[in-house]
Amino acid sequence: MSTIADWFSARETKRYTRLNEQQMAQPIDVDVPDGVWMKCDGCKRTIYEGELVESQRVCKSCGHHFDLTAPQRIELLVDEGSFAETDANVGPCDPLGFVAAKSYETQLLAAADRSDLPEAIVTGQARIEGRRVVLGAMDFRFIGASMGSVVGEKVTRAFELATAQGMPIVLVVASGGARMQEGMLSLMQMAKTSAAARRHLDAGLPYVSVLTNPTYGGVTASFPVLADVILAEPGARVGFTGPRIIEQTIHQKLPKGFQTSEFLLEHGMVDEVVSRGDLKARIALVLDYLTAASALDSTPAAATRHERAEGGEAL
Amino acid sequence: MTKPRYVMDFERPLVELESKVTELRRLAVAGQPDLAAEIEGLAAEIEALRIETYQRLAPWDRVQIARHPERPKTQHYLEAIFTDVVELHGDRLYGDDEAMFAGLATLRGRRVAVLGHRKGTTTKENVRRHFGSPHPEGFRKAMRVMRLAEKFGLPLVTFLDTAGAYPGMEAEERGQGWAIAESLSLLSGLRVPVVAVGIGEGGSGGALAIGFGDKLIMLENAYYSVISPEACASILYRDSAQAESASSCLKMTAADLVGLGIVDEVLPEPLGGAHRAPAEVFESVGTAVSRALDSLSGTLTDELVQRRYERLRVIGEFCTLD
Repeated sequence: MSTIADWFSARETKRYTRLNEQQMAQPIDVDVPDGVWMKCDGCKRTIYEGELVESQRVCKSCGHHFDLTAPQRIELLVDEGSFAETDANVGPCDPLGFVAAKSYETQLLAAADRSDLPEAIVTGQARIEGRRVVLGAMDFRFIGASMGSVVGEKVTRAFELATAQGMPIVLVVASGGARMQEGMLSLMQMAKTSAAARRHLDAGLPYVSVLTNPTYGGVTASFPVLADVILAEPGARVGFTGPRIIEQTIHQKLPKGFQTSEFLLEHGMVDEVVSRGDLKARIALVLDYLTAASALDSTPAAATRHERAEGGEAL
Repeated sequence: MTKPRYVMDFERPLVELESKVTELRRLAVAGQPDLAAEIEGLAAEIEALRIETYQRLAPWDRVQIARHPERPKTQHYLEAIFTDVVELHGDRLYGDDEAMFAGLATLRGRRVAVLGHRKGTTTKENVRRHFGSPHPEGFRKAMRVMRLAEKFGLPLVTFLDTAGAYPGMEAEERGQGWAIAESLSLLSGLRVPVVAVGIGEGGSGGALAIGFGDKLIMLENAYYSVISPEACASILYRDSAQAESASSCLKMTAADLVGLGIVDEVLPEPLGGAHRAPAEVFESVGTAVSRALDSLSGTLTDELVQRRYERLRVIGEFCTLD
């Protein structure tokens, strides 16, 4: 197909390209819904959008995990139809009247427009393979999923809800860091969310976090890394200080693979690197272990008690 | 007033005029009495200029003062307002980070635990202390002493003076983000009174790790910010030279932070900054910290921890969507 070859050479510099009208008129593949192509960041192969939808946005050739939006992430993890959003009406404002090259207000409007979300996190209650959880997922399209007052408040409310309901919480994290346009109000969200996480953990309730690409700055240094079990997606870049700043400080190039999930695993900072396709089942299994004691106390005495109770004897 | 060796840009006209008068005085003493009138005139001019220079400081000017090399640092407060200081070294995991002070001390008869970022006074010392920017082991040492304070019922006093957590490769390998997060979690529920004092730079997560509690006091010219004005400028304006504008946008001065409900009390500094008359500042910090600890002593522990949570809980501004 010479038209495809021509098209390949024409699209060199573009990551997303729409086929022209003539090409659209001759369907290349009936399974590709709208003719969108993407270039894999991992192996540079050109992939059909349709193929990515099928593979949960993981490259079939090299295993590169493309970033997911919050709605895509939720769809991936929860049992169909089980997600009930909470605090959907908490929206951002511009507390400092922040104006740099662009005004914060303009950025907020553009972000909402781009992502069709009011802020950088979606929270709710859901079931993961039948297990009731409070779930939150961040969306990098919204000002780099930076944490300002709204993200901090919604994360805190999610913890408080899970604590009050005695439920596990699962948070899927991606973030560029604290939202500098809200100044100290955003830095303090690190302390606020960490305090809420601590209360949940102190109540003996499970917390699982999933670090995804990318997670940086003040967000890395707060609630995500306090979880009982920390999972990470393959190849995700996660760190506190960004690589460019580190290179400026140490005046040398960073080694390949620095600040990836695999690097963190090697340095003892995360429990497991889990491929996207296995993530839902893995979270479900981990939650089973973390909730085992409340459902069935694992001490021998409790086991006996449990058997008696099962047998109908009075305790 | 102590004459500073290091002159900040915004005070240069004043300092030049001051040295001119000093020179004239020297000449007058050397037998040129006709200069007296000129000296008197200039002295009045200096007074006017001094007030003009220092009484309406822009945020960027305050950042310069907060970073002034002669500004009193954690160790100076330790020497001046505490007695019987026992420094506690090491995190028991990796090493001893000299960018973080941790120890036990007595403040006007009250035994407390003290944490503080520790910048050096000489270049050599600064290299050893990473200019007051801790590695994970610094935060882990701080946490060790927080736990010790809790175990033995010692109130905790912290001094903030850091440009931020150290941005290096090894810091990342040893879990910089993890160490800070754990410190935030521990501090948020620590079962003893916590008083934090911003004495200089309050740079981002590295400051916050020991930088909140039941009372947050700041010196007039200290700053506390989510990001350095230079880094903010280089991201948002793609030009770090715009740091001056960024420092206004970020609302990072002590007065701004009272307005945002984050800081409880601002301590005035001598005209020109704390380095001009350190003794006055030590006295005022000692008094303010003692008063804060007095006000917290006797609070039931559960109530103390609950109130600290509520202080954090209400920080943030958002709207309700339809």
